[in-house]
Amino acid sequence: MNGTTTPETSEPSVLRVSALTKRYESGTSWLSRLANGGTGTLTALDGVDLHVRPGEILALVGESGSGKSTLAKILVGSTTASSGEVSVAGEPAPARRDKESSRRVQMVFQDPYSSLNPRIPIGRMLSELLLLHKIVPRSQVRAESVRLLNLVGLEEDVLGAYPSQFSGGQRQRLAIARALAVRPEVLIADEPVSALDVSVQATILDLFATLRTELGLSILFIAHNLAVVQHLADRVAVMYLGRIVEVAETAQLFTEPRHPYTRALIDSIPRMTETSVNDGFEVEGEPPSPYDVPAGCRFHPRCPLASEICRENDPPLLAVGPAHESACLKAGELALIPVPNVPQEHR
Amino acid sequence: MSAGTTTQATGQGTAPAPAGRASHAPVQPGVPLLSVQDLTVGVRPSRDRTVSIVEGVSFDVEPGQRMGIVGESGSGKSLTLRAIAGLLPKPVEVLSGRVEYNGVDLLAMPAKKRRTLMGPEIAMIFQEPMTALNPVVRVGDQIAEGPRRHLGLSAKEAGELAVQMMARTGIPDPARRARAYPHELSGGLRQRIMIAMAVSCGPRLLLCDEPTTALDVTVQLQVLRLLEKLCDETGTSLVFVTHDLAVVNQTCSELAVMYAGHIVESGRVKDTFRQPRHPYTRGLLESAPDFDRPDRLLIPIPGFPPNVSDRPEGCPFAPRCGYVRPHCTEAMPPLAEVLPGRLAACFESDRLDDEVLA
Repeated sequence: MNGTTTPETSEPSVLRVSALTKRYESGTSWLSRLANGGTGTLTALDGVDLHVRPGEILALVGESGSGKSTLAKILVGSTTASSGEVSVAGEPAPARRDKESSRRVQMVFQDPYSSLNPRIPIGRMLSELLLLHKIVPRSQVRAESVRLLNLVGLEEDVLGAYPSQFSGGQRQRLAIARALAVRPEVLIADEPVSALDVSVQATILDLFATLRTELGLSILFIAHNLAVVQHLADRVAVMYLGRIVEVAETAQLFTEPRHPYTRALIDSIPRMTETSVNDGFEVEGEPPSPYDVPAGCRFHPRCPLASEICRENDPPLLAVGPAHESACLKAGELALIPVPNVPQEHR
Repeated sequence: MSAGTTTQATGQGTAPAPAGRASHAPVQPGVPLLSVQDLTVGVRPSRDRTVSIVEGVSFDVEPGQRMGIVGESGSGKSLTLRAIAGLLPKPVEVLSGRVEYNGVDLLAMPAKKRRTLMGPEIAMIFQEPMTALNPVVRVGDQIAEGPRRHLGLSAKEAGELAVQMMARTGIPDPARRARAYPHELSGGLRQRIMIAMAVSCGPRLLLCDEPTTALDVTVQLQVLRLLEKLCDETGTSLVFVTHDLAVVNQTCSELAVMYAGHIVESGRVKDTFRQPRHPYTRGLLESAPDFDRPDRLLIPIPGFPPNVSDRPEGCPFAPRCGYVRPHCTEAMPPLAEVLPGRLAACFESDRLDDEVLA
């Protein structure tokens, strides 16, 4: 497998992103130029290639500022990319979304307290969408609303209620019902459980898993909690400073990471079992500013394996195994350093 | 500004050790460093009515001990911490109970005297370093403020100490960074600044309110290691509030689990996680994904925590509890010893005798 560049494009995908780039120019007025000491370009996304297969949960992990949320915004059309393409179910999605193309990608936001309109009752929230997108005829709107609520584990009696009457977990269920109302091809979930209490998180994670298994829903699950990702996702894509640095099946990624950043993330996870101690594949410092992406490999200033070639070459995302890609020049070297205390079930 | 007033005549005067150690009151033998007794925190909506948010919380922290308090939002864990620090937001107040530091009741102390303890004896680290730091003061000056006030250092000495403290917390290029304003620094660096500020006067008790929740996972590890190192070096006690069980597992030796304003279980971290004796602790462990056991089924706790003003009669966890029996809804079970060194507030504790994390 070594040496092949891009993954085969024939692979079925419900959502495909190729060479997606997003740059933000800092203000062009003389005052802001003065403040920034010249011109500044923030590179939020720097050539992202990614695809979501039908019926899978693809997790996107990375630290703050890595570009996860920018990618989500471009996917749902709330901002436009500087260059690159997004296609949904094989058709290119226009930069300016029309009603139909915006229907096909739906989003569940992190904070269910601010993502639901407090002044619109649940029934109206759903019926508005169902009618606007002509999902069902007017006579069936109520039945369809009830079906959606049942799907997310709520009952008919909430139709007249307002969001303020619900707890965080229930609000997130409502947000999911709203996203599913228009029958999207793919659901983007941006940190959907990180605002919830631990005891409630499990029910929402279960709901996502059920929706995938029973409806065959494709989900791009953006998260920073790797234990959650490991529990839920089929595949994981790791993002660092605006680029995907590793993609693999979940078990594969956590047992045989082939990018030092992934390895560092795994070793940073706080563990519950006393025998599992982080072994100290520790990275120095913090992610650099996206205004000033390092030359060469963008991870080299923090990487314990970095050498001269890493400072000079920007590694592309290459296949390192079946369904496993890594953007590291030392992926082979890293494979020789075993991951300690890998969960037995995954060996 | 002399340190003598704060430390009850230790005779050390104002000669500071270079590491920024204050001259402490002598340790009282046999007295815990911090002793919280029957603490009730709440609001008084009217003269004759009170609503308590934290109810009858008691725990001790020995010198050098690291205590984790876990619970969900609204469990009262942060308010407990703020009550110890005397930083309760209005109109929340301590309704009853004692908070003894080194044998002296902080709540009975005049506010002015109590404030002199904050810094050299007790320090606090907050969750949001951006809102806890003053945005218009250079970070070096903010760190230097404590040593100037409490250790009686000159501006120059305190400035040098600030740079030293920043170097100790692993901030690269500390001399230059000391002149930066908070907004110029990243989240991890800001949190290190806050830690440098908290430890600058060498406190014996460090109160941490979710200090790593706002940080990325690689930076979280760095900050936790730093806290651990600083506490090891100086023998500082830690009270660490968080919702993340795994973070407690890695930082603390003692644990208190809070639910709806009560401590429902306490004991040594490892023992409690291996064999929880309160259904809520067990529920937390079973509902959180565990990185080391990815294929385990998550068991959610049904329902959600009760509203502060509308807590059920009897055990507050009873409506969500799988072990519930009729007597659970009649009276609040007392926090009693169920195993050596383990307290649980559950009538049915004996039925939870199997191990969860084997």
